[in-house]
Amino acid sequence: MKISTLFYTLRQGFSNIFRNLWFSMASVATISTCLFLFGLFYAIVANVQNVMNTVEEGVSVTVFFQEGTTDERMKEIGGLIEVRDEVSDVIFISDEEAWATFGPEYFGEDYQEGFPENPLEGWDSYEVYLRDVSRQSDLVTWLQSIPEVREVYFSELTANTLSGMNMLIAYVSLGIVATLLAVSIFLINNTVAMGIFVRKEEINIMKYIGATDFFVRAPFVVEGMLIGLIGSAIPLGVIYSLYNYALTYVIERFSVLSSFLNFLSVEEVFRVLLPVTLLVGVGIGFLGSISTVRKHLRV
Amino acid sequence: MKKKQLLQKERERIMDENGIIYLENVSKSYSTGAPALNGVTLSIGRGEFVFVVGDSGSGKSTLIKLLLRELTATSGSVYVMGSDLAKLKHRQIPKFRRNLGVVFQDFRLLNDRNVFENVAFAQRIVETPTSEIRRNVPRILATVGLAGKYKAKTKQLSGGEQQRVALARALVNEPSILLADEPTGNLDPKNSWEIMGLLEEINQAGTTVIVVTHNREIVNAMQKRVITMKKGVIVSDEEEGGYIDED
Repeated sequence: MKISTLFYTLRQGFSNIFRNLWFSMASVATISTCLFLFGLFYAIVANVQNVMNTVEEGVSVTVFFQEGTTDERMKEIGGLIEVRDEVSDVIFISDEEAWATFGPEYFGEDYQEGFPENPLEGWDSYEVYLRDVSRQSDLVTWLQSIPEVREVYFSELTANTLSGMNMLIAYVSLGIVATLLAVSIFLINNTVAMGIFVRKEEINIMKYIGATDFFVRAPFVVEGMLIGLIGSAIPLGVIYSLYNYALTYVIERFSVLSSFLNFLSVEEVFRVLLPVTLLVGVGIGFLGSISTVRKHLRV
Repeated sequence: MKKKQLLQKERERIMDENGIIYLENVSKSYSTGAPALNGVTLSIGRGEFVFVVGDSGSGKSTLIKLLLRELTATSGSVYVMGSDLAKLKHRQIPKFRRNLGVVFQDFRLLNDRNVFENVAFAQRIVETPTSEIRRNVPRILATVGLAGKYKAKTKQLSGGEQQRVALARALVNEPSILLADEPTGNLDPKNSWEIMGLLEEINQAGTTVIVVTHNREIVNAMQKRVITMKKGVIVSDEEEGGYIDED
């Protein structure tokens, strides 16, 4: 194929958008609406997931050691805990640090009066934070099997509730996002197919004159991809602005919320949303136009 | 290269022996109803002007579709320019069709493009350089009497003018055969005669012209070869023939 033919087909793809301006606009509007809804739900769902993860990460297991356990052995056990899969962080809290934290909390600033010695002496501990609370019981069982471990403090109810909620939210979110995605794909594909169907006569004419399948198909594919690109760029732009605005608004107006809820930044949301939206828009434009034109090529 | 040359030689031989179009005992059946063509044998020589006439359902449209390789014969062989159309692969069809110019009753123009673009489109398909397209299109538009209307949108043209654009598009690649399916079906008598005049000129320049028509007056006046079809068979094939009345 000559370069001039390639440029011609590309130019025709661009021109087709303007030749069928109303249809192009309707297609872009449909694609934009679908992907906007998809993006909006994704942003909400991603934040809910993030909040749940943050809450999960706050759940810890506290490990206390038998009296007489040497610092070296504690360090060694700390190392063993740290390398476990389900563990996200391990913090060593010496008995002095523990008393310095809990003393003022329970007995006020003059907590040392009446306690000439550290009442928590020998209660060195590890605070173990989990990556996945559903695996808390595995960790606890393992910790309890270590002879030097005196006691393991954990809340099974919190872990189970969080784990169950997280799973429920994950399934519901996945269901909503997958449904929206499927509806978007279906609608976008139909839009592209309809745009080609109304011009099947044009395809027939080209084929009668002796156009190759490529020559007929290429402008439609370029057109479909461009419409998909525009149709996905618009909702991405709108979501970007809206999300930033909403985030600023929530942080300013409801500062209490933001002190314990950790919202995702727009960049974090777009890390997934941008490629998925572009892929759906351009990909369906590409695949939809190829498959629809093919149906009309048998002339 | 050698294989191509041999194939071309073989095609030339078939054309010399049987004509530029040759149908040998061709039948075509659709899934329902009686056969659209039934054992048709036909030969059309290079440079001939042929009318194909017959009522609706006589098989004329099926014949055109077979020649365009839109359909394949149920049995028998169809040779166009020496090529056995049954042996053409899907990817070879576009190249084959570039040897044929086609004109339809309903013009079949690209209505979102102007006159120039409609004609140039046929040249784009065969990858003619743009500089040549700029020379060829005005020349062919002048031939069909539309030199001043190259910028017009097809919808702005009269029926006769639209058919001239279709004719220009069919001719711009200098095809060996021109197939015209009811070219005057949507035209008034004046425009019909003008189009037939152009077809005759094209034929005199060496192109084989096949016109499917219902226009009795034109067929009778032009005194060309007339093939009459009825219920899928050729009932008459006359040099300098006329339109045969039914019954």
